[in-house]
Amino acid sequence: MFDNQEVFDDIVLSELSDKELTKQMSEDLYDGLAEEIAEGTQILLDRDWKATDVMDEALVKGMVVVGNDFRDGILFVPEVLMAANAMKAGMALLEPILTASGIEPIAKMVIGTVKGDIHDIGKNLVGMMMEGAGIEVFNLGINTDAEEFINALEEHNATILGMSALLTTTMPYMKVVIDELKERGIRDKYTILVGGAPLNEEFADAVGADAYCMDAGIAVETAKRFISAAS
Amino acid sequence: MNILKQRIKEKGYLLADGATGTNLFAMGLESGHSPEFWNVEYPERVAQNHASFIDAGSDIILTNTFGANSFRLQLHNAEKEVNKLNYEGALIAKKVVIDSKKNTLIAGSIGPTGEIIEPLGTTTWSETTEAFSEQAKALHDGGVDFFWIETMSSEDEMRCALDATKDFGIPTICSYSFDTHGKSMMGLEPKELISLAEKYYPDIIGYGANCGTGASELIGSIMCFFKARKNESMIIAAKANCGIPEFIKGEIHYNGTTTLMADYACFARDIGATIIGGCCGTTHEHVKAMSEALKKNKPGSFSKLIEEEKYNLIELKKIIESLGEMTDGNVAMIRRYLRPNGSEENTGDKRKRTKRRLRHSGNS
Repeated sequence: MFDNQEVFDDIVLSELSDKELTKQMSEDLYDGLAEEIAEGTQILLDRDWKATDVMDEALVKGMVVVGNDFRDGILFVPEVLMAANAMKAGMALLEPILTASGIEPIAKMVIGTVKGDIHDIGKNLVGMMMEGAGIEVFNLGINTDAEEFINALEEHNATILGMSALLTTTMPYMKVVIDELKERGIRDKYTILVGGAPLNEEFADAVGADAYCMDAGIAVETAKRFISAAS
Repeated sequence: MNILKQRIKEKGYLLADGATGTNLFAMGLESGHSPEFWNVEYPERVAQNHASFIDAGSDIILTNTFGANSFRLQLHNAEKEVNKLNYEGALIAKKVVIDSKKNTLIAGSIGPTGEIIEPLGTTTWSETTEAFSEQAKALHDGGVDFFWIETMSSEDEMRCALDATKDFGIPTICSYSFDTHGKSMMGLEPKELISLAEKYYPDIIGYGANCGTGASELIGSIMCFFKARKNESMIIAAKANCGIPEFIKGEIHYNGTTTLMADYACFARDIGATIIGGCCGTTHEHVKAMSEALKKNKPGSFSKLIEEEKYNLIELKKIIESLGEMTDGNVAMIRRYLRPNGSEENTGDKRKRTKRRLRHSGNS
């Protein structure tokens, strides 16, 4: 049994210790194995883990590795999408518990890709990581205009606005949104985070955003920093 | 012999044009508005952009149809306008060429849908192919000389576009945007485009890199193409952005100078590109500088040195970086391509996993 040369190990999740299991789940997230993540999540819940601990220890930690390897050019969009889907499978089990237990989100955020731009992926990843960090996210999807952003911010009483653009032809639209907020005198009610491949720090400054976030991990850290500064 | 190869044979290389989108912005296009609408709203401005490139020396101009597929137009509730916008786009270019009394070739520009094909995404293979077919037919009806499928990042989507363009009896060239550590957004590297394109030869007669980040990053991709290709009769196309975008006084400005683009053009030719142009940010002044430099300077022998591996990697890196910064990932990849038998660590691959799981395999 121990001398075979098989590369593949058959692992039975329910036989692993808590520590081994969370480690295994991080690896399964990395490999985008949705079924396994759902199974692992359920096992931890059955072992009386708190939903928030499952999220932090098993899911978010794994996604941080995925995020880092994405940033470093080791993983690309297909792998990240698979990992995000796997995380979703775990979150689907946790969300009802989190909602029922009445845990208040640490903040509310509206996120979307700006008008004329149809790039969805990075923004969704950011949204998912934010949810993992306890922030309630209202994802407006792609091609979002200023009116839609502002209406959503007001309707949901959100304090954070996240805008994404992947095209140099659409990124200036971020300024249109921020200028509109200024025009209405409500700019300072919100923390505005921007991101997307062609952006940088200077651009964020120039359009009047609060911060440029290079990747999903940094976006979460930045959001948390602003949240704790505000409280 | 098809028209592209014929012309390249005569001149040695062909100079393409510069940007469409960013130049139309400079003419008043607003952020969020579809550039393709201008084919019917302001055809004279689109024509003016084409004409300025022909004056600057472009042998090829690309139609203003990059985003004119049903998926992208749907964002503007204009998915029914595919035929019209592409047909008009081709006609505008055609008319400019006729008026110029030159024999400039017209490339029908086909860009990505912005969607991801299943199972990763939600669109299907057949609806994607259908969208490209619709666009290709209208461009062909409008009289383009060949198709240029550009700024792609997914192999599935590229296959759909190639399937859609290959039966019109005019050539197709296709290019990826290698904008992420020298790979496409979906993680594809130059040799993967080569093997795809070579399979479609001779329906597809060339491949290349366009857009992405700066000119130096793109030169890296071209070098990889040159080194890794098997079919030497295929065309390599280079279409680099004019430096890096900066945001100055509310406007996007690309920081590449005319000198930089002229150097880039010559270097691209030296390492094997036979179609050379500029992407985002490239104005007719840049193209003029490229045209003059390509005429003035004799083709260098760098490609020969690369072939024989008789160059110094550090020297090479210096030359490339004179065109702008390069990411570590791209540098590592170029090293791998140029010295395939070297002892360099094979970086850039997915993290090595010691264990992989196989559920329900039975015999544990």
